[in-house]
Amino acid sequence: MIQTLRENKKLQGLLLILPTLLWMFGLLIIPLILTFVTSFGGRSADGNVIYRFSLNNYLRLIGLTPEGGFDPLYLQIIWRSLTLAFQTTILVILMAYPLAYFIARAPAKRRNTLLFLVLVPLWTNFVIRIYAWIMILRTQGVLNSVIGWLVGLAGGHFQPFELYPSQSAVLIGMVYEFLPFMILPIYTSLEKIDNSLFEAAADLGANALRTFWRVTLPLSMPGVVAGTILVFVPVIGTFIVSDILGGRQVILVGNLIQRQFLDARDPAFGSAASIFLMLMTLIVTLYYTRRFGFGEEIAAA
Amino acid sequence: MAEYAVELRDISKRFPGPSGELVTAVRNVTMQIRDGEFFSMLGPSGCGKTTSLRMIAGFELPTEGEVYIHGKPMGKTPPFQRPVNTVFQNYALFPHMTIGENVAFGLQMDGVPKSEIMARVKQALEMVRLPGYEKRRARQLSGGQQQRVALARSLVKRPEVLLLDEPLGALDLKLRKDMQLELKKLQREVGITFIYVTHDQEEALTMSDRIAVMSGGVTLQVGNANEIYERPNCKFVADFIGETNFLQGKVTEQNGKAVTLALAGGLTVHAEAEQSLANGTEASVAVRPEKVNLTGHAGAANQFTGRIVSVVYIGTDTYYGVRLPGDQLLRAREQNDRPDSRPMAAEGDEVTISFSTQAARVLTE
Amino acid sequence: MSSTKRSPWITLSALLIYFFLYAPIVVLIVFAFNSSKTNIVFEGVVNQGACGPFYWFCKLFSNDDVLDAAKNTLTIAFISTIVSAIIGTMAALALQRYDFPVKRASEAALYIPIVIPEIVMGIGILVFFSALFTWFNSTFGLVGDGRLAMGLGTVIVSHIAFSIPFVTLVVRARLHGFDKSLEEAAMDLGANEFTTFRRVTFPLIAPGVLSGALLAFTLSLDDFIITFFTTGPGSTTLPIYVYGLLRRIVTPEVNALSTIWILTVLIVVFISQRLEARR
Repeated sequence: MIQTLRENKKLQGLLLILPTLLWMFGLLIIPLILTFVTSFGGRSADGNVIYRFSLNNYLRLIGLTPEGGFDPLYLQIIWRSLTLAFQTTILVILMAYPLAYFIARAPAKRRNTLLFLVLVPLWTNFVIRIYAWIMILRTQGVLNSVIGWLVGLAGGHFQPFELYPSQSAVLIGMVYEFLPFMILPIYTSLEKIDNSLFEAAADLGANALRTFWRVTLPLSMPGVVAGTILVFVPVIGTFIVSDILGGRQVILVGNLIQRQFLDARDPAFGSAASIFLMLMTLIVTLYYTRRFGFGEEIAAA
Repeated sequence: MAEYAVELRDISKRFPGPSGELVTAVRNVTMQIRDGEFFSMLGPSGCGKTTSLRMIAGFELPTEGEVYIHGKPMGKTPPFQRPVNTVFQNYALFPHMTIGENVAFGLQMDGVPKSEIMARVKQALEMVRLPGYEKRRARQLSGGQQQRVALARSLVKRPEVLLLDEPLGALDLKLRKDMQLELKKLQREVGITFIYVTHDQEEALTMSDRIAVMSGGVTLQVGNANEIYERPNCKFVADFIGETNFLQGKVTEQNGKAVTLALAGGLTVHAEAEQSLANGTEASVAVRPEKVNLTGHAGAANQFTGRIVSVVYIGTDTYYGVRLPGDQLLRAREQNDRPDSRPMAAEGDEVTISFSTQAARVLTE
Repeated sequence: MSSTKRSPWITLSALLIYFFLYAPIVVLIVFAFNSSKTNIVFEGVVNQGACGPFYWFCKLFSNDDVLDAAKNTLTIAFISTIVSAIIGTMAALALQRYDFPVKRASEAALYIPIVIPEIVMGIGILVFFSALFTWFNSTFGLVGDGRLAMGLGTVIVSHIAFSIPFVTLVVRARLHGFDKSLEEAAMDLGANEFTTFRRVTFPLIAPGVLSGALLAFTLSLDDFIITFFTTGPGSTTLPIYVYGLLRRIVTPEVNALSTIWILTVLIVVFISQRLEARR
C-alpha cells in the first residue's frame, strides 16, 4: 500500500487536500447551495421555511409586492449599503494612502515599528472598538466635551454635535474598522517600487508632483485595488457597526438579513437577500480582478 | 561483485510537458560505469545528463529500461534505499542544522551509534579540510566550503557510488580549478565510483577516466579523454569538445583507413576514416586548429595556399583565419613559444598551410 | 522605496491618522477607571472597595458570565487554530506541490471565503446546521438535552472553515521559495518520506505555519459575525457577550475587560515578535 501511495502523486495530493475539501464542501458549498434553495421558498405561519419554487423573495427585494404594487423600502436599503460602502472605501483610501506613503518613505529600520503600530488596534476586539466610538461620539461624549472645553476657553458657547446614533457615526466606525486593511496592501506595493524608477523620473526632468502622478501612483495601484476588495467586501456585509453606531435606525443589507433570521423569522427572504448580497459583491470583485488583477497583495497583507 | 558499478540498460524518460504532451528527456541510453572509475556525463543543458543521474539516484524512475547498481536491478527502489549518494549543484545543505548535524544526518538515518557518528563526522570534515567546523552553520561558509561540506555529508555514508550534479558550477573559475584537482585526488583516495555531470568539457577532460558525451537525450560517444578528443565519432562531439574546423567534400577514393576527398575550389584532401565510405559520399573533414601548421611542411599530406583574413592574439596562442580557394575558412592555432612572440603572419598575407592525414578525420553524421 | 525628504504635510497627516487609530483605545482604557457607573461622562478615578482604582477589574473577575465567555473564546480559538493550521498546511502542500484532478476547483473554493461577505457564509452555515439538526433529531428521535443543537461544536467547526483559507495562503507563500533539493538530499541520505518531512520540510516551513496559526488565532478571537450565527446557549464568546451588553447598559466593566484584552494581546504579540527576531 505504501508503494502505491509513494508512486501515485495524484493520490498523495488528493489525500492532502481531502480535509480541506470536506470542510469547504460541508461549510461553504452545501450551505451556499442550501441558502440558494431556501431563497426560493416561503414562510409558514409559525416562521418555518416552506420549500417551493417562487421568485417572490427576489421580486420583494427589488420592490415588487405580490399584490403588484411598488415598495422601494428594500431598494433603499440596498442603495444605502452601496453608498455607505463606496463612501467608506473612498475615505479609507484617502486616509490610508498618505500613511502608507509615510511608512514606505521612513528609514528602513523604523518601517516595521510604524507598520506594527497600524496593526495593534486590529488586535483589540472588533465589537469593543465600535463601543469605544460610542463613548467618543455620543452627545455628552469625549469629542463634544473636548470641543466644548476648547470653545469655553475661548469664551464661546458650543452647541454639541448630535453624532450618535446616526449614519455619520456608522461611516466613522466603518472607516476606523477597516483602515488598516487598506494601509497594509498600499504599503506593500509602495515598498516594492524600485528606487531607481524615481531617479529615472527625476533624471528625465519630472518634478516631485509629476513623479508621483506618473510613477508612484500607477505602480501602487495594485495595492489600492487589493485594499479596496479587503475593505469593500466586509463593509457591504457588516451589520454590527450599523447596529451599534446607527442605533437601529441605519438599516443596511446586513441588518436586513440578520433580522430575517432572528426577529422577523423569514429565513427564505433572508436567504434571498443574502444571495443578492453575494452576487452584488462578486460582481464588484470580479470587475476589479478582471480590470486590475490582484492576489499577491492580499496574500502579502 | 558485479562487473559494473552502475549500468543503465536502454533507459528512456518522458515527462509531461507544459501543454500536456510528452517530452523525451532521455532516449534509449545504455551505459556501463566500471567500479572505482571517475565517469563523467558531458553535454549541453537539456541533453539528458542530469535526468540520467537522477534516475540512478532514484529521484526519477525511468519510463523504460532498468538501472542496475552492482548488478542489482533498482526497479522502483526509493532514493533512501539505494547505495548511492548525491552531491547537489546548489549543495542542498540543511539551513536549520549545523555543519556537524548536516554531516551526521545520513549516519543517523542508518542507525549508526552516537559515539561512532561523532568520530565519523570529525573524520569526514578532516578529509575535506574543514576540521572543527561542526558547530557552524551553512550560511556562514563560503561557496567552496559549502561544497566540501556537501561532499563530506555524502562520503561519510561510504556509498558504493557518488553522484555529482555539476557540483562546481556555482564556484568562480580559480576555485573551480582547485576543486577539480582536489576532487580527483579525493576520488583516488576513497576509491569510490564517481559519476560526474557537467557541461564544462575542460572539467570533464581534466578529471575523468571516461566520459559519455550526450546530446538531445542520447549518448553519442563514450571513451577516455584522449579518445573523445582525438577520435570523435560525430560532428557534434568534435565540435562540442574543443574546437574543430569542418571542411565539406565528397569521397573520391578509400584505401583502408585512408580516404581522399574532393573539396570545393578543386582542392584534394587526404584524411582518415573509421568506417568504409562509398565514392561520392558527402562528408565533413574535421581538423583541430592546433594541428594546422601555418608554415608548409614539405612532407605533409595536405598543403594548401590561402590568404590570412584574421589574426587573434589570446596570450599563449594566436589564431589565424585562413581563406582557402573555394571560400572555405580554416582556423590555425599557433603557440606563441618563440622568444620574440611576434605574429607569424599579418592579415592579407598569402600563406601555405599544412596538416597530416592523421589530423584530418572524416565524419558523416 | 527608500527614505527621502518627506513633505511636512505627509508627516502631519500621518500623525493625525495615528491619532485617529489610537484615540478610541486610549478612551477605552481611561474609562476603565471611571467612577460613574453609567460610563457616559468621566467623573473621576474610581476608588471603591478593596481594589481602589481597579474596582471594575475586580468586579469583572467576580462575574461568572464574563469568565465563561473568556473561557469559551479561548477554547474555540485554541482548537480551531490547531485544526485549521494542520488542515491548512496540508492544503498548502497539496496545492503547491501536487497536481490532482480537483486542484483548480479547490483553489477557487479557498478563495470564496475571502471574497464573499462573512454574513453570507454565516447564514449559510446557520441554514445548513438547522436543517441538518432538525433532520437528524427527528430521524433518530432525539429529544430534550439529547438533541443536536448549536453550541461550542458548531462555532469551532465554523471557525476552522474560515481560518483554513488564510492559513493556506500564508503557508503557500512560505512554500513558494522552498528548495526541493533539500528534501531530495534528505531522501538521498537515507530518510524515508515521513522522516524527511519531520526532519527537513516541517522545520523549514514552521515559521510560515506559525504565522498562519497566529493569523487564525487572531481571526477566531476577533470573530463576531460567524460566531453570532453559529453560537448557542452556553457557547457565548467575549465579542458576543460585549455585544449583548451594548444593547442593555454598559458599565466600565466592559472597559476593564477591553483593557485586559488589549494588554494580553500586546504581550502575546510582543513575545512572538521577540521570538521571531531571535531566529
